Amino acid sequence: MMSKLALSDDILLRVEKPARYIGGEVNAVIKNKAEVDVRIAFCFPDVYEIGMSHLGLQILYDMFNRMEGVWCERVYSPWVDLDAIMRKENIPLFALESQDKILDFDFLAVTLQYEMCYTNILQILDLSHIPLLAKERGEDMPIVIGGGPCTYNPEPIADFFDLFYIGEGETRYGELIALYRQCKQEGAGRKEFLKRAVGIPGIYVPAFYEVSYGEDGTIASFRPAFEGIPATIRKEAEMELSHAPYPLKPIVPFMRATQDRVVLEIMRGCMRGCRFCQAGQIYRPVRERDVDTLKSYALEALKNTGQEEISLSSLSSSDYTKLPELLDFLIEDCSQRHVNISLPSLRIDAFSLDVMSKVQDVKKTSLTFAPEAGSQRLRNVINKGLTEEDILHGSALAFQGGWRRVKLYFMLGLPTETNEDIVKIAELADQIAATFYATVPKEERKGGRVQIVVSTSFFVPKPFTPFQWAPQCTKEEFLEKAYTVRNAIKEQLNQKNIKYNWHEADVSVLEGVLARGDRRISQVLLKVYQKGAFYDAWSEYFNNEKWMEAFAECGIDPGFYTSRERDTEEILPWDFIDCGVTKAFLKKEWERAQREEVTPNCRKECQGCGAARFGGGICYEAHHEDSD
Amino acid sequence: MALPVSAAASVTKRIMKIRIKFRKYGNLKFIGHLDVQRYFQKAVRRAGIDAAYSTGFSPHQIMSFAAPLGLGLESNGEYMDMEVNSFLGSEETAARLNACGVDGIEVLSVRVLPPDARNAMASVAAAAYTVRFREGREPDFNWKEHLKECEDLLPGIYELKLLLPENALYMLLETGSAGNLKPAAVMEAYLAAHGETLQENALLITREETYLNMGTQENRQLAPLDAIGKLSGPIQAKDGESVHD
Ligand code: SF4
Repeated sequence: MMSKLALSDDILLRVEKPARYIGGEVNAVIKNKAEVDVRIAFCFPDVYEIGMSHLGLQILYDMFNRMEGVWCERVYSPWVDLDAIMRKENIPLFALESQDKILDFDFLAVTLQYEMCYTNILQILDLSHIPLLAKERGEDMPIVIGGGPCTYNPEPIADFFDLFYIGEGETRYGELIALYRQCKQEGAGRKEFLKRAVGIPGIYVPAFYEVSYGEDGTIASFRPAFEGIPATIRKEAEMELSHAPYPLKPIVPFMRATQDRVVLEIMRGCMRGCRFCQAGQIYRPVRERDVDTLKSYALEALKNTGQEEISLSSLSSSDYTKLPELLDFLIEDCSQRHVNISLPSLRIDAFSLDVMSKVQDVKKTSLTFAPEAGSQRLRNVINKGLTEEDILHGSALAFQGGWRRVKLYFMLGLPTETNEDIVKIAELADQIAATFYATVPKEERKGGRVQIVVSTSFFVPKPFTPFQWAPQCTKEEFLEKAYTVRNAIKEQLNQKNIKYNWHEADVSVLEGVLARGDRRISQVLLKVYQKGAFYDAWSEYFNNEKWMEAFAECGIDPGFYTSRERDTEEILPWDFIDCGVTKAFLKKEWERAQREEVTPNCRKECQGCGAARFGGGICYEAHHEDSD
Repeated sequence: MALPVSAAASVTKRIMKIRIKFRKYGNLKFIGHLDVQRYFQKAVRRAGIDAAYSTGFSPHQIMSFAAPLGLGLESNGEYMDMEVNSFLGSEETAARLNACGVDGIEVLSVRVLPPDARNAMASVAAAAYTVRFREGREPDFNWKEHLKECEDLLPGIYELKLLLPENALYMLLETGSAGNLKPAAVMEAYLAAHGETLQENALLITREETYLNMGTQENRQLAPLDAIGKLSGPIQAKDGESVHD
């Protein structure tokens, strides 16, 4: 059955890539409306080809559509060209499958993957004709839910959401939908539904909490506005990962999506505990999916999609205990089926190089290292357990194996960073080039000279990391650091082999505000959106001036959220969330960082971070002294 | 049973070429030519068709599409060629592709080509279209009256006639690498001759058939692109001679 399109032929032929708006893809779910009583519009607030590439969306889409009477559809941000047409012609935003307007849905569930898409949430609401502020929404409006990693500090966008689901989506949506049905049946209204929803673990309704601020601008108190509302919200974690639903019939877009392949999530969480990394804390504890289950998923999903490529997804695939078995299987089986394997970034060693050489053309691919910091001292501060020796040894092996390109990723502006640490970035790149000349004899170098690409991003402290208290650099400091790297590279012996890229500093500063902001930031978002800002994650549309004007007009100093060092006693906007890892553990890690002390990984030695109370995963596995 | 990699590499399979005719309609008129190619690459895998692949690190299917169809056009006569090691039969292949397909693309027939057939893209010589005006976007003059003068407007118009009662125009136009005339260009020229311009998006166009030329340049003998193919039952894979590489 083909849905009647929401947009006219005229409009579809006028906009770029109309395939973004027509739905009807292979494996898209169409249900009979007569048999559906709960309709969910699942939104990724960015353009179609980005949103379609997101695994989490495919997981939840599949999960919801397995539920009887529930129909989950997709909605993405219309691209700027269509956006302008919809506003001018007053066309309401619609979901792809049914092409029905979002206003007809029971829920609008928005997944929040990065801060710079916040203005696109407002775009989605606006185009849907849903009031931007939750408090202005009427009874018959869809309930607007936020989920995903950014909800670990939902405060900057608190005003726009009716409720947030904190944690992994597999566990509580069934209950939430059952409650919704019950409320509908009883004729209980929107507010009553929300009141009862907070009884479900993981559900946060921002309107039910009051915040007051002290004279210095920090939070003086944060508490439930009335009785029966939980003071803290514990994140949800799926502890039976191998038995949780997984999309075996993922949607196959017509147009090329960023991620145009079958993706297998092999595990959740990361045992490494890098101190800058939020994912490494909020997805604790590490849980692996059963390797046999994964093998059958791989075959099934390939068969159902016809995709010609498969990739593995996790925060640190090298730590998956059955990785060799899984890769052997994929290489054997998939190669027979002419399926390419796209490898996740693996720790570079003899094993991974061997695997890579089997599935890639080494001359065309690059080797990736993410030392994150130039010096060993600073790598100790951030607890990144990758040594110079690992890198040089790995590079030497790779050069022998025929690789010619190396990519290096670093962060600038990490806590305690000195000029010396920064200069070491250039030196490390140079040493890798030198390793090439030392390992590969002249006559074998004709395959092209070695190319090293150094990329730096600017460090943004994130909630629920040991660096959540750390001051962030200002834009000027960031740029100064980038110039230092650039100049240091110019001084290296092998500088002609080294290329350097750095990120924009403006965006990093804003990301910092949105990551660690409080409720007062909602008004800035509203203001900047009214000034026409959206698609801020796209550099061609990001306009820093608009943002600075919005801050000024709201009387808010962005520096208060970024460059200020927070006291560990301060009430942080996200303190009401219990992400599993305790504040005491984060504090201890913050102190160890300042003492340049490394903390062993979960497999080697448990640090008692708090995540063991979820009752499973790596916390209950045997520890090995030699895991590194 | 799958052959061990080393053994498989030393045997060349005898490859068959098949030509698939399909329809593209409805909402799928908004997906582009590249998207259609991607669609078939994946559909072939879902359908379990024994496609031949190129060798190397990213093996791909060997496919050739006839004349690309513009965005917004529907078609009842699209073609693509592909190479297979074994053949499930015309009916079974079409049935499988449709079973795992989407609304908007329908495989109409699958034929086996003679080994020396030129590929679909290179074979195209002409295409037939029906063209309608969208409501309210007709020209002011009586366009049905003057059709006769149209044929000489542009080189490459092979035939032009009015279809009643549909009030549609049938056009047979030169298509392919030698000359490629599009129905909208014909209408633009026709309207221009009457001092009018074609309104934006005024036409609803369906490609009805794509043709190859079995005659000569001067003495055209047009036939549907798959006229040179044969419907066939299943054909087993046959190994060719062993070669060493
Ligand atoms: S409780 Fe121990 S093993 Fe579990 S996540 Fe925390 S540190 Fe790792």
